[in-house]
Amino acid sequence: MTKTAEHILPPVLERSNLLGWMRRNLFGSWTDALLTLIGVWIVYWAASGLLRWALYTAEWKVIVVNARLLMIGQYPIEQVGRLWIWLGFLIFLLGNSLAIWGRGSRIAPALLALPAAMAFIFPFGADPRKWLIAMTVIGLIGWGLGRVKPEALKRSVIAGWVISLPIIILLTYGLSKSEASIVPIVRTNLWGGLLLTFLLTVVGILFSFPIGVLLALGRRSELPAVRWFSVGYIELVRGVPLITILFMAQLMLPLFLPEGWTVDRVVRAMVGITLFSAAYLAENVRGGLQAIPKGQFEAAAALGLSGAQTMIFIILPQALRLVIPILVGQFIALYKDTSLVAIVGLLDLVGIARTVLAQPEFLGLQREVYVFISLIFWTLSYGMSYVSQRLEERLGVGIR
Amino acid sequence: MSDGPIIKVEDVHKWYGNFHALKGINVEVKRREVIVIFGPSGSGKSTFIRTLNRLEEHQRGRIFVDGIELSHDVRNIEQIRSETGMVFQQFNLFPHLTVMQNIVLAPIQVRKWTKQKAEETAMQLLERVGIPEQAYKYPGQLSGGQQQRVAIARSLAMQPKIMLFDEPTSALDPEMIKEVLDVMVELAKSGMTILAVTHEMGFARAVADRMLFFDKGEIVEQGTPEQIFNAPKEDRTKLFLSQILRH
Repeated sequence: MTKTAEHILPPVLERSNLLGWMRRNLFGSWTDALLTLIGVWIVYWAASGLLRWALYTAEWKVIVVNARLLMIGQYPIEQVGRLWIWLGFLIFLLGNSLAIWGRGSRIAPALLALPAAMAFIFPFGADPRKWLIAMTVIGLIGWGLGRVKPEALKRSVIAGWVISLPIIILLTYGLSKSEASIVPIVRTNLWGGLLLTFLLTVVGILFSFPIGVLLALGRRSELPAVRWFSVGYIELVRGVPLITILFMAQLMLPLFLPEGWTVDRVVRAMVGITLFSAAYLAENVRGGLQAIPKGQFEAAAALGLSGAQTMIFIILPQALRLVIPILVGQFIALYKDTSLVAIVGLLDLVGIARTVLAQPEFLGLQREVYVFISLIFWTLSYGMSYVSQRLEERLGVGIR
Repeated sequence: MSDGPIIKVEDVHKWYGNFHALKGINVEVKRREVIVIFGPSGSGKSTFIRTLNRLEEHQRGRIFVDGIELSHDVRNIEQIRSETGMVFQQFNLFPHLTVMQNIVLAPIQVRKWTKQKAEETAMQLLERVGIPEQAYKYPGQLSGGQQQRVAIARSLAMQPKIMLFDEPTSALDPEMIKEVLDVMVELAKSGMTILAVTHEMGFARAVADRMLFFDKGEIVEQGTPEQIFNAPKEDRTKLFLSQILRH
């Protein structure tokens, strides 16, 4: 009797349990076992030290007392509701999106429950507690709606993301100069902390991306003037550190503007970050463009597509897909680079941290404060990285 | 106009640096004519066929396609390209689009067809090339023969007056060559004007009206398949045919 393929069992090794796995991978030989033990000891030593510090030595009071400063700077407390509203809008869209595009992702409810969990774990005041719980409720409603009607919601969710930046800016900045208005203007010198870091990052990413793509195309243009401008811009900007661009925007720009003209300092920082990031993005996108085979251009041309149509429908979708990991890397770098605005006197997360540490009662608590803001930076960076991985999977990079 | 030649090539020259790739090509192609171009590698046959839709620029001489002269005028070039289908050796399908999207893109963007009309036409063409069931797959999921048939359907969707084939079966595994040739034979019999660079002599025998033998940038000899296969006049033609027909 011959065995058919289905009847042949996999080798024993492949079927073993946890103990078997440990024996194969951790204690396969004398040297393996030794290395494993040394490794375990190093991890234990580092983790226990860190935990002991975090749980017993560290004085987290500095974070609790200054939580609001770290989150939103000196944004007036009676206007904070406006920020919660746009945050709620974003979380609602996030819930929608996780349900529509997350493809049965089980982490979605856990992720959306996070604000409420934080409200219970950490010693927030009554108001933030309520808002945090509201965030979870809104997020879960969005998620539920997304699960019930994924197809019907797709368009409005995309539209929602598109209009989210204007909504954020409008609500944060305000509409009317009069104090009596529902949304009076809050001047940017009061923006600070994570709020400012977040806005610098979002504006930087959203504006530098299209500029970067245009510069990348410009660098490959057949028109000499366009090409030289792009090359000149990219090489000039890449040749100087971001901090000098920020200084120039803060100190030198006013010299060139006509008498009486001023540009808001936060806007200057946004412009500086955007223009800086665009030069790097241009080179990343150009890398993607160069990877597209000549045959793609020829096939598009042979069908009668114009140069612009070829770029929009054939070349850019493939080129951008290829460079997603690099682009996200660039965006994460931009996010962390926004901390340089602290040096030109803006009170982003790092800037606020420095003012907190300058208060006499919190002297010597650098470790607590910097560990805390590092955690915030890490969380959002990891979030971006995670989203990019999902995006790569969905778009099938390396498969198609 | 409709009785004149659909393609007229007058004394066309092309150089790559110092290399003289085309040395004075003169050809007239009649409507519904099927022409097979063959010759050794580097003889200029691919270069020639690619000058006809301006994927290569000629430096001397004149080319008229359906009465329009190929010049630097981008509008003329785009018009000629939309009337001229081209099938490549490497298929050159758009890998990020489904088979259906590959086919409907140009009719919708260039011809301004509605999505519905374009998709109906695409489905008919996929049936014509024998793979309607692959419409919503991506090119990477298809075999080489299937991809090349999609490429043919994609070109036909623009309702071209002329089809150019640039070694359409050279990148295919042997068992897939026939499925592509079958489609090409059917197309030839339907009355399409075809110029094909190919060494599939069976295809030439079956449907070619005329064969052009290229060598060293010139048309060395031309004639009907009977003349070329049974009584070639030039020594170079005889030598080349003896090399490719040996097996």
